[in-house]
Amino acid sequence: MNKILLIIQREYITRVRKKSFIIMTLLVPALFAAMFAIIAYVANDKDQTIHIVNVIDMSGNFKNRFTDQKFIKYNYLTQSLAAAKADLKNDDDLILNIPANPKDTAVLYAKKKTTLSLADNIQGQMNDIATGVSLVNAGIDTASLHKIKSNIIIKSNEITDAGEKSTNMAATYTLCFAGAVLIYMSLFIYGAQVMRGVIEEKTSRIVEVIVSSVRPFQLMMGKIIGVGLVGLTQFILWIALSAAITYFVGNKVTSIHSPVYTFVHSLGANAAYELCCFLFYWISGFLFYSALFAAVGSAVDSETETQQFMFPITLPLLFTYILSVSYLFMIPDSNLAFWLSIIPFTAPVAMMVRVPFGVPGWQMAISMSLMIVGFIFTTYIASRIYRVGILMYGKKASYKELAKWFFYKE
Amino acid sequence: MLSIRNIVKQYVGHTALSDVSLEVSRGQIFGLLGPNGAGKTSLIRIVNQITAPDSGEIYFNGEKLNQSHIDRIGYLPEERGLYKKMEIGEQMIYLARLKGLSRAESIRRLKIWFEKLGMDSWWKMKIEELSKGMQQKAQFVATVLHEPDLIILDEPFTGFDPVNAEVIKDEILELNRKGATILFSTHRMESVEELCDAIALLDKSKKILDGKISDIKDTYRNNIYMVEYTGDRVSSNSAEPFELLDETTGHNNSYIIRIKLKQGTTSNDVLQYLIPKVRINMLQEVIPGMNEIFIEQVNKIA
Repeated sequence: MNKILLIIQREYITRVRKKSFIIMTLLVPALFAAMFAIIAYVANDKDQTIHIVNVIDMSGNFKNRFTDQKFIKYNYLTQSLAAAKADLKNDDDLILNIPANPKDTAVLYAKKKTTLSLADNIQGQMNDIATGVSLVNAGIDTASLHKIKSNIIIKSNEITDAGEKSTNMAATYTLCFAGAVLIYMSLFIYGAQVMRGVIEEKTSRIVEVIVSSVRPFQLMMGKIIGVGLVGLTQFILWIALSAAITYFVGNKVTSIHSPVYTFVHSLGANAAYELCCFLFYWISGFLFYSALFAAVGSAVDSETETQQFMFPITLPLLFTYILSVSYLFMIPDSNLAFWLSIIPFTAPVAMMVRVPFGVPGWQMAISMSLMIVGFIFTTYIASRIYRVGILMYGKKASYKELAKWFFYKE
Repeated sequence: MLSIRNIVKQYVGHTALSDVSLEVSRGQIFGLLGPNGAGKTSLIRIVNQITAPDSGEIYFNGEKLNQSHIDRIGYLPEERGLYKKMEIGEQMIYLARLKGLSRAESIRRLKIWFEKLGMDSWWKMKIEELSKGMQQKAQFVATVLHEPDLIILDEPFTGFDPVNAEVIKDEILELNRKGATILFSTHRMESVEELCDAIALLDKSKKILDGKISDIKDTYRNNIYMVEYTGDRVSSNSAEPFELLDETTGHNNSYIIRIKLKQGTTSNDVLQYLIPKVRINMLQEVIPGMNEIFIEQVNKIA
């Protein structure tokens, strides 16, 4: 046990001391800050005029239900659309025409092109109001609905809590989606680091000296855990540095809050839950995949030979990633989404995408249990291939060969 | 010290070791000989517990070999290697700590070794900045730093220039004098005769010969002598107590002959026969070298 700690320590320290690690750790927050500075500059530049939205509500459902905001004020008209158009004098004012039939589209009229965020804001409010109204119409008491739903889907609380403007679904989606992308990328980045480390030990031949002191399994796990800790360190530094730097830049360039600050602030109470999901799937996914990467590393003599083994490992991840961006994000409750978030090969990415939409507890439990079983399983397989592979020099391994190694006795 | 009993190791498609038994006594320098592919490295890996035998047992100091013995063994593999990008001092400490030394103790011992072998200035250098011979020297230090009871060296002299090979040889002898048992594999026969107390010869997964060098040589003595004399050439007839094998001429009109004693005669008989006829400069028994024994044995099997 003591020896595995030594290995972890070496793997961690040699990597953290590397120039590439330091550069990456500083570069990402710097880019982030630069990006933010540009955004802040542009945001500073934008018109901060007050828009008055004149609402012509034919349906009668929306009257006096919009909430005024800093730059968007609502005014309810009783005249016809044509009359309102004629009356519209101020360039910054708008007319929102809501038809009587809810199936017809509401239209926003303005003299100038409206900004996307303005339209989004109005649309969001309309959706909230419409949901509330239709529930009441259906005879459902919204208050009791909150109670029932909160037991089933955790996120629903926030979706319908109209009064709380601090909880912002978009922030939660963004966090989880970013989490999924981050998991996807880092499984490749750090998995490949594990693989490269194994290849380095094998080609430099030091591995034989090491395994005369420790068991191959200890060496493999030490490397995996060491690299994993490097990954975690990098994340933590990125987040901390980005927060600090954007806070600073934010205060310098403009008076608005640092985006990280507002982002975290807007996540609300469930952020801890999402963060835990992220950490769980990152760690278990990393253990799951890096064991496989380690096995690949042990089977080859150089990085160029890894291609044939890498493909089947990276394929499920790539597949889930592509699906996540399009399909899963749209229909998070589909059967496909369910299965993808259960199978350990694809779960780390797929489940992160589903998290903000509310995942039933039992699905979460199955997925997490399978993840744990999964990485124990891959680690077992990988360690059996690894212990033979690291001592096989100059032999080009095929899948058949790997299977043979697996069945070797000690 | 090390007792290897009936070790069998099979890989799919071939047998690496079939029923190999060896005894290495404490304080010996034991040579493990054999052509490439004989199973030397397989056996060494089993003793190092890198792989396990299919059957058979190994006893270390009378105990069945187990993980607790790992720290008592030092291993220099045939395929040398260190972390290329790691500073040599840190790397040596790391390897020593894997063998159970504390950080402070490994630094203390390293300083002594580095000074002894003229490596003081290397501490902060990376392995890739060292020459191959320097790397090997460093690796040798890493092998023996934890003062193991048993030092296993797989082809220790390959990759060293003659000067450094001599330095390493002296260090091996020194360690042996201090009580370490040494097991090394090689196919350099001259180093075997120079260093080893006992040997085992492996060929095609089997042990074909083992024992003390002196005993082995005794068994392979075949009553052949070399004689150098000056004077009239001794012509051969059936009266002489030996059989003439061959004859060459040496310096100053001398003749060198190789003879095989006839049954029941000794070298004294040879002298008595020759002294009245010629002046004898030299008489020497021709003892087969390990090299010849090695080749003879291997060829016999093949």
